[in-house]
Amino acid sequence: MRTLVSPGALRSPRGKVVYGVVFACTLAVFVLAFMFPLYWVITGAMKSPQELAQTPATLVPHEWHPETFADAWDQLSLGKYFLNTLVVAGGAWLAQLAIDVPAAFALSKLRPKFGNVVLGLMLATLMLPATALLVPTYVTVTDLPLLHLNLINSPTAVWLPAAANAFNIYLLKRFFDQIPDELIEAARIDGAGPVRTLWRIILPISRPILAVVSILAVVTAWKDFIWPLLVFPDTEKQTLSVMLQRVAIDMPLNVLVAGMVLASLPMVALFLAFQRQILAGLTAGSIKG
Amino acid sequence: MSSPRSSSLLAWPATSSSRARRPVASPGERRKTKFRRKLKENLTAYGLLCAALVVFALFSWYPIVRGVLLSFQQVDFVNAPTWVGFDNFERLFADPLFGVAWRNTLLFTGLALVFGFAVPFLTAVLLNEIRHAKAFFRLAVYLPVMLPPVVTALMWKWFYDPGPGLFNSALGAVGLPGGQWLDSSSTAMLSLVFVSTWANMGSTTLIYLAALGTIPGELYEAAELDGAGLWKRLRHVTFPQTRFVLLVLLLLQIVATMQVFTEPYVMTGGGPDDSTVTVLLLLYRYAFVYNDFGSASAMSLLLFVALGVFSAWYVRLTRKADQT
Repeated sequence: MRTLVSPGALRSPRGKVVYGVVFACTLAVFVLAFMFPLYWVITGAMKSPQELAQTPATLVPHEWHPETFADAWDQLSLGKYFLNTLVVAGGAWLAQLAIDVPAAFALSKLRPKFGNVVLGLMLATLMLPATALLVPTYVTVTDLPLLHLNLINSPTAVWLPAAANAFNIYLLKRFFDQIPDELIEAARIDGAGPVRTLWRIILPISRPILAVVSILAVVTAWKDFIWPLLVFPDTEKQTLSVMLQRVAIDMPLNVLVAGMVLASLPMVALFLAFQRQILAGLTAGSIKG
Repeated sequence: MSSPRSSSLLAWPATSSSRARRPVASPGERRKTKFRRKLKENLTAYGLLCAALVVFALFSWYPIVRGVLLSFQQVDFVNAPTWVGFDNFERLFADPLFGVAWRNTLLFTGLALVFGFAVPFLTAVLLNEIRHAKAFFRLAVYLPVMLPPVVTALMWKWFYDPGPGLFNSALGAVGLPGGQWLDSSSTAMLSLVFVSTWANMGSTTLIYLAALGTIPGELYEAAELDGAGLWKRLRHVTFPQTRFVLLVLLLLQIVATMQVFTEPYVMTGGGPDDSTVTVLLLLYRYAFVYNDFGSASAMSLLLFVALGVFSAWYVRLTRKADQT
């Protein structure tokens, strides 16, 4: 495809040299800026505490201590915090699918009375900066109106607010809008009710958008810090991020760094496995140039 | 839920074909069936919507109202909230940190725009021209976005360490003096902006890259035939063609950076000398350190109004610019 630089200019001898130089420089900068920090953290975790405290730092560890990862796992009780994070993120994901998919389907295909008002009220919440609701939502979570439940230290304090996600409903509704009504009409004539239609017809053909919503949900929940910091004062219930931040001062540096590496692995693995869907999700909500 | 006819609420309303099989109905009866059908249809829809309505009501709509009310109340969770008018706002304005926090936040946002806006765009323009190892570049630039922000912050805090940190070690290796980074009030904010840019530039870069991919190649060809050099093509083709994306992301980025919290909370705690106290950090202190939820809510309200006014002004400005 034609871009800023013409293919002709690139084919000329001078063009080839310039391209080579630019390519090499970009590659070097990228490796240095994005790969090297990862190398530094992974090897740092394997240095001895003395070597880590040494000035200047060593480029390659003198002695390798891969067992630091196992130590970190034990000393930080990473198993427990992984499980906590998994419960928080997994539940947030399920809550978002279970609540937002039927809602988007109803708004898109059943078009009830006042549906547009409901959708408008939902989308209006997107205009609020996320942190503007931090304090009142916290106050609400400590004492749910009418029910008078205190959700502090319960994963539901993350799951339920996560489901109030207008962006998900917008993405899903936009996708459902494109599904032809004839398909639903056909299902109705065959005797399928709306729930069955949603389950058997809509969901199977909505896999791409469900993948995008799912990944956004999991990644957001895994990365979130401020909300879990507020709603999990009990150290036993905290997520990885909150725990790491809490113990950062007291832990030996090599153990902490190993814990950081381990806490990042699931997200990095997720990214490597679902690159296509993640990058699709990035441009899904926006914005055609 | 699985059987289609298990519950009347979950069944479709009667279709015209099933109605046709019925014996002839009087007009009144027909009106009644039509009404019943409509009712059923709406009930089904609201049945599917009810969970969403409940979570939105509890965690979105109600907190909006509650937040405004809290701004004018004194709350201590022991006694009933009392109405105090503008006392919370007065307390904020009397706090010397209040002005500092706004200045620091604006500084952060301004610096984040210099780096976080220009660097990803130029990176995207560059990557768009590169024909080899495309997958690697995308992967590399996006990898930091996947790291939990707390990990990124802790990691960079260690890189910045004036003693055995990565930066001063590297500078020392080539014979340059090290910096104080997070430990000096003149560089701490800049250091935080760097981290934030590094961590977040992946997503903006890839959005720009997608936008650049939609520019028709003929435009560049035509410009070149007219004798436009590289810079002119960039200015008169690339910029105007990606304008919309640039403007939207600029707005989103300003709104996002005004709410910066994790980096200062984890890396500096607001120091040194309050040089990295941001609006959100101060808001957090008011709510969860001083237990003054009223003043914290007043602060949210001010942030919301500031961002709202800015967004409205910005949208108007861009609309005006689009017309000319």
